[in-house]
Amino acid sequence: MPTKSIHDIAASFSRRGVLAATTGLMLGLASISGAKAADDTIKVGVLHSLSGTMAISETTLKDTILFLIDEQNKKGGVLGKKLEAVVVDPASNWPLFAEKARELITKDKVSVVFGCWTSVSRKSVLPVFKELNNILFYPVQYEGEESERNVFYTGAAPNQQAIPAVDYLMKDEKVKRWVLAGTDYVYPRTTNKILEAYLKSKGVAQEDIMINYTPFGHSDWQTIVADIKKFGSAGKKTAVVSTINGDANVPFYKELGNQGIKAKDIPVVAFSVGEEELAGLDTKPLVGHLAAWNYFESIKTPANEKFIKDWQAYTKNPKRTTNDPMEAHVIGFNMWVKAVEKVKSTDPDKVIDALPGIEAANLTGGTSKMLPNHHITKPVFIGEIKANGQFDVVWKTPGLVAGDAWSKELDGSKDLIGDWVGKKCGNFNTKTNKCLGSGS
Amino acid sequence: MPTNLSARLCTFVLSLFLIAFALPAFAGPFEDAVAKFANDDYSDTDEAIGVVASSGNKLAFPIISALQDGRLMADPDSKKVYVTGTDGKSIDAATGEPVASVPDSASAVRLNNRLRRSVDAALGSLTLQSPDLGARLQAAQSVFKSHEETALEPVEGALAKETNKSVKTALGEARAAILLFKSDATEVQKLEAVATIKARGDQEALALLSDIGTDQPASVTKAAASAIGSIQSSLAVWSTVQNAWYGLSLGSVLLLAAIGLAITFGVMGVINMAHGEMVMIGAYTTFVVQEVIRTRYPALFDYSLLIAVPLAFLVAGAIGVLIERSIIRFLYGRPLETLLATWGLSLVLQQAVRTMFGPTNREVGNPSWMSGAFDLGQITITYNRLWILVFTLAVFMILLAMLRYTALGLEMRAVTQNRRMAASMGIATSRVDALTFGLGSGIAGIAGVALSQIDNVSPNLGQSYIIDSFMVVVFGGVGNLWGTLVGAFTLGIANKFLEPVAGAVLGKIAILVLIILFIQKRPRGLFALKGRAVEA
Repeated sequence: MPTKSIHDIAASFSRRGVLAATTGLMLGLASISGAKAADDTIKVGVLHSLSGTMAISETTLKDTILFLIDEQNKKGGVLGKKLEAVVVDPASNWPLFAEKARELITKDKVSVVFGCWTSVSRKSVLPVFKELNNILFYPVQYEGEESERNVFYTGAAPNQQAIPAVDYLMKDEKVKRWVLAGTDYVYPRTTNKILEAYLKSKGVAQEDIMINYTPFGHSDWQTIVADIKKFGSAGKKTAVVSTINGDANVPFYKELGNQGIKAKDIPVVAFSVGEEELAGLDTKPLVGHLAAWNYFESIKTPANEKFIKDWQAYTKNPKRTTNDPMEAHVIGFNMWVKAVEKVKSTDPDKVIDALPGIEAANLTGGTSKMLPNHHITKPVFIGEIKANGQFDVVWKTPGLVAGDAWSKELDGSKDLIGDWVGKKCGNFNTKTNKCLGSGS
Repeated sequence: MPTNLSARLCTFVLSLFLIAFALPAFAGPFEDAVAKFANDDYSDTDEAIGVVASSGNKLAFPIISALQDGRLMADPDSKKVYVTGTDGKSIDAATGEPVASVPDSASAVRLNNRLRRSVDAALGSLTLQSPDLGARLQAAQSVFKSHEETALEPVEGALAKETNKSVKTALGEARAAILLFKSDATEVQKLEAVATIKARGDQEALALLSDIGTDQPASVTKAAASAIGSIQSSLAVWSTVQNAWYGLSLGSVLLLAAIGLAITFGVMGVINMAHGEMVMIGAYTTFVVQEVIRTRYPALFDYSLLIAVPLAFLVAGAIGVLIERSIIRFLYGRPLETLLATWGLSLVLQQAVRTMFGPTNREVGNPSWMSGAFDLGQITITYNRLWILVFTLAVFMILLAMLRYTALGLEMRAVTQNRRMAASMGIATSRVDALTFGLGSGIAGIAGVALSQIDNVSPNLGQSYIIDSFMVVVFGGVGNLWGTLVGAFTLGIANKFLEPVAGAVLGKIAILVLIILFIQKRPRGLFALKGRAVEA
């Protein structure tokens, strides 16, 4: 490798300075970097919105990948080559996600892409990844009902977040009546469909379930909070399962606090509220409300403490929070590195085949494993909001939960499995022993 | 040696005595229970709460109230438990002895929701005879909620001594709630209880009556069913009142957001897509003001909004003047270009704020007078909504008075009605244009201060209001401030009456469809301007 000596010189000069400079340059050169011959580095695509409505959540994930690449390069990179991030900004615009993904793969020749937040952005880039045969690591909890050869889902499937949370409320809080409140789009609708089927299978009557959808960015919660109060006054213990997404959460929790709905009367368990969302809120009236995640910043393990310390040092912000999708990126990134080192190649076909079975430590003290359906095993935690904006873990699953690509609660998908190792199929019907293929 | 023996015996008896007296202080049921707090196990804590609360020990109240506030510290190593007072002094929870300091290894005893309910129930029966009126009322309420049989005796004791009328009523309701669920209460007692709870008539009474179960005497079940019916029908009336209030409140938010646009778009005719960003800048001004107050003058926090209002007006107004001078004045009479330019400007402003303050939400706190709610009959009115309604009407009135009675207002009206005539009368029309646009933007900034109290302070704040604002101005009639007022409240109330029926998503769509139909019929909105000004 003739280029290695150059790197050694650079490293002996000032590795940090050079890295910072390349990171800075990359942002500027992202559009023209295709011109540069690039066999001296392995390129990693970062496809997260840095502007528009989703920037609030996705900017942090971009920083996470840059941080992980920086750490990996300090350890000598992968296969003796340095990693190089190629950052693009799809600007919260779903068609632009597909365009930018194509640009990353064809022009920048990246070996892998870490990106997307919303399901609709993932669906938008899916055809591009299939056509150009590349790898996408998707780090956010989502509605499931998908298993694609080119996508690795490191966030939670519904059975790794929603169902354990409902179980907790049923057993520990003896909840009998359920409000399923969500923002009106695919993730809450599918999750609520799964939860409704699950609750009914546990003997909850239709009249004890209230389902409510609101538009994106809904800010006037007076009527809905009053409705929840009313629904909760039927003499049975009531809880709210919230799939309310993004910005709408702040006014929702403010209204709950103001109308005096306390967690001890009607607890709210949320699937999209993490440390970052609470940063914009006075959490004192919200103490006791719950969130279900696979990771909390407050979990005390040596791995997590080290990660938080390094992350805050990297971002030069001693208050910078960490959250669940960040941990998903950490796991996904480490799995990809291990798979590449195992097959000694960054060729997507080889890496895709090598990934199932790869294990990587998660930050909460366990070892997550990539499954044949391209989902991973994760622990599930229920945390209570504390007055300082962090979560206090009140319950966790005894072991790691394997992610189901297809929900066992829905009629349409309970016989389906994803298996890219034995069956080479994302939607294999175990009843008819047939692969449905990409047609369905 | 007899003397020696007797002396020994003496010491022996004495030490026996000592042990007999001293032992309970270390190993009685109360001390055992207190030690359980140190186990960091929710079931153990729950058990300890029950034992401590019913022990009759005078330390019970300080321990449980410290537990509620997170001041009960437990050391997992030595199993010692300490109560840290609000004054910073600490005592040993088992003995009540003062201690110099709580060891570093001790941490606050953790609670979950189940335990919080136990704590409330325990505190309820402990504070029923507290000298503080508010504490007694709260205690009676929490006993009503938990209605545990063990609380019956303390409630009746407190009831006999109570002199305050509202606390007495609350205690009577608490007693009724306990009797209703007590298996060995007589039928007469239970019927009386149902009547008492029915008189309370709120949602919690409804919850309690719906929960009585099937093992009650038939007459009680029947009385409860009829009580539920009557409470429900009275609550239905209240819910109409509640919808009307919510409608007014939503209308005030719409009006506040639209009022600045009623000037820039309504009066000047500039399609200002960056209007929402002026609102956002006002909200961020509030954030900056609060940050400064938090770090430098924490005592002033309750006044932060009052300080932010004029500042937000000046900041947003100045930016408005700058925009008008640098961009919009070149585009008068070219609505399409104005639309594109201001839309582009809105993106620039958003990204600028995102770069300066970061993409995540910023916390703008609510001053104490804007937090919480009070009950009016059977509806809950939150203070922040009430103040926003008052504030909106005040801003509206001031603006109206300004346009009517000040020289600047006169010039504004003159310029918008007939620019050339105004110019020939010696009015500097371009200066008036800049000031009018600045006024509209400044008022949008003021709106941002109020909206920061109920919404996210993020770079996207403005986007969620721009469509609604245009809707209100167009619906109310372009160029007419009263039209904007009536339009905003009409839309708000219509929305809130549709929402319970159709849901939030469909409700919003229905409103849009209605507006489209309305505009077909009356293209100039509710209150159309008449005369030559319209054609100009």
